[in-house]
Amino acid sequence: MLQVEHLSVQFPGGAAPAVEHVSFSLNRGEILGLVGESGSGKSVTAQCLAGLLLPDAEVTGTICLEGQELIGASPAQLRAIRGKEVAMVFQEPMTSLNPVLRVERQVEEALRIHTHLNGRQRRDKALAAMAEAELPDPAALGCRYPHQLSGGQLQRAMIAAALVSEPKYLLCDEITTALDVTVQAQILDLLGKLSRERNMGVLFISHDLRLVKKLCHRALVMRGGRIVETGAVEELFHAPREAYTRRLLDAIPTRDSKLR
Amino acid sequence: MKQRLNPMLLFGGAVSLLTVGAALLGAFWTPYNPTAVSAVEKFCPPSLVHLLGTDNFGRDVFSRVLQGMGASLLIAACVVAIGCLLGTAIGCLCGYFGGPADFLLTRLCDVVTAFPSVLLALVVVSLAGRGTAQIILALGVLFIPSFARLVRGEAARCRDASYIQSARLMGVSHGRILLAHILPNLRGVLVPAIVIGFNNAILSEASMSFLGLGVQPPFPSLGSMLSDSQTYLQRAPWYAFSAGAAIALLILGFSLLGEGLQRRRRA
Repeated sequence: MLQVEHLSVQFPGGAAPAVEHVSFSLNRGEILGLVGESGSGKSVTAQCLAGLLLPDAEVTGTICLEGQELIGASPAQLRAIRGKEVAMVFQEPMTSLNPVLRVERQVEEALRIHTHLNGRQRRDKALAAMAEAELPDPAALGCRYPHQLSGGQLQRAMIAAALVSEPKYLLCDEITTALDVTVQAQILDLLGKLSRERNMGVLFISHDLRLVKKLCHRALVMRGGRIVETGAVEELFHAPREAYTRRLLDAIPTRDSKLR
Repeated sequence: MKQRLNPMLLFGGAVSLLTVGAALLGAFWTPYNPTAVSAVEKFCPPSLVHLLGTDNFGRDVFSRVLQGMGASLLIAACVVAIGCLLGTAIGCLCGYFGGPADFLLTRLCDVVTAFPSVLLALVVVSLAGRGTAQIILALGVLFIPSFARLVRGEAARCRDASYIQSARLMGVSHGRILLAHILPNLRGVLVPAIVIGFNNAILSEASMSFLGLGVQPPFPSLGSMLSDSQTYLQRAPWYAFSAGAAIALLILGFSLLGEGLQRRRRA
């Protein structure tokens, strides 16, 4: 279980904390949505979980991964966890892959770090992960460079790179934002399937409530660095207790909503 | 993806290939011994016997030019290797880690850049004596800042790119990020910089030898040949012309090649 308790982040010079007393837990096999408007602290929370914050940010609270405390862990301990226990996929697939390295080489990178497999075994695993991420013809795509792939293919390659070392938890920071709607739907299906098959905990960060509703089991609503509401997705969307959640839901355009 | 070779690249490459080929030839075979003196054959004009004539000691100018080009290229290669290796290492560390060490090293590079190259070479020569190794050392140090600055900028740009962040999220160590993720990104800026650096190194070596600080006689060097030939400019114009043309060809080839590579990179 990934357990976060009273997580607060204060940036130097920032008036208010970017994240304040955030507590939640994520079980394996569960998909947890994290929604909120821009600047509500979603990404900072994710960066905290990944230990990617700038060193001068002041982080308090606890992040406990299967009994291991991450806040204050040494760089070597963090490196051992990253990519192996927890993997992360970013918003921008176009810039998340190194432009001068072949795709397959980047998908297998986590294996180079965390395992002692030889080149052929790594390649086989990388191609298997790419196939699992539903990339067509992994062997051919793997030999290409990132600029030769489409956005959706790149995002699948990123997911494959995250999956290759079989992490227990996957952090997805707005991973569908840069993709068009049909690809979004495919990526959501893929995440749902992977989470089920691999018993993997997924933290799905998005500002798009419709996606969260479609994919997640539970959801957290963040505003101004705090969690304002949490609950199962059905409850949250059908009977929001907080006024803010209701306003967020009302902001989803529907077939009947009029253009102003 | 197919790119059309631009004419600059093509011509530069051809000239460079010609000069490097001539220098290689000179390393193994020359028509005459380039240091063999002959009192009878002083100041022979160019002929079929001596293609570029002979100098004031009756030495075959063509043989000397061939070997001189080899010396120039070898020294330039060593100088660029020192500058590129150390400059890239410094630039990578500075750009990636930043902090006070970065500030200090960048300022140090500014100091070295501000130094006139001839002055620094004179300091090295007066401390360590004249010779090829000394001139390589002096020029090598002078070439570090330009590479360091270039690489630093690129490394700093890469550091914040999300592919480096995602590499860090896979548990990749700093050392491996620098070597396996950032270094390949530098190729695009380094290749033209190396060729242009090569060009500058040839020119610098020629000027050092012209001043008598580089390769020591009797071994041929284009700079010192040019310097010697001044005295006999009217009597043996082919001597000055041969040495000058060889330098010009070397520089023309590499500067066109460098410029062409840079244009292709921008395109």
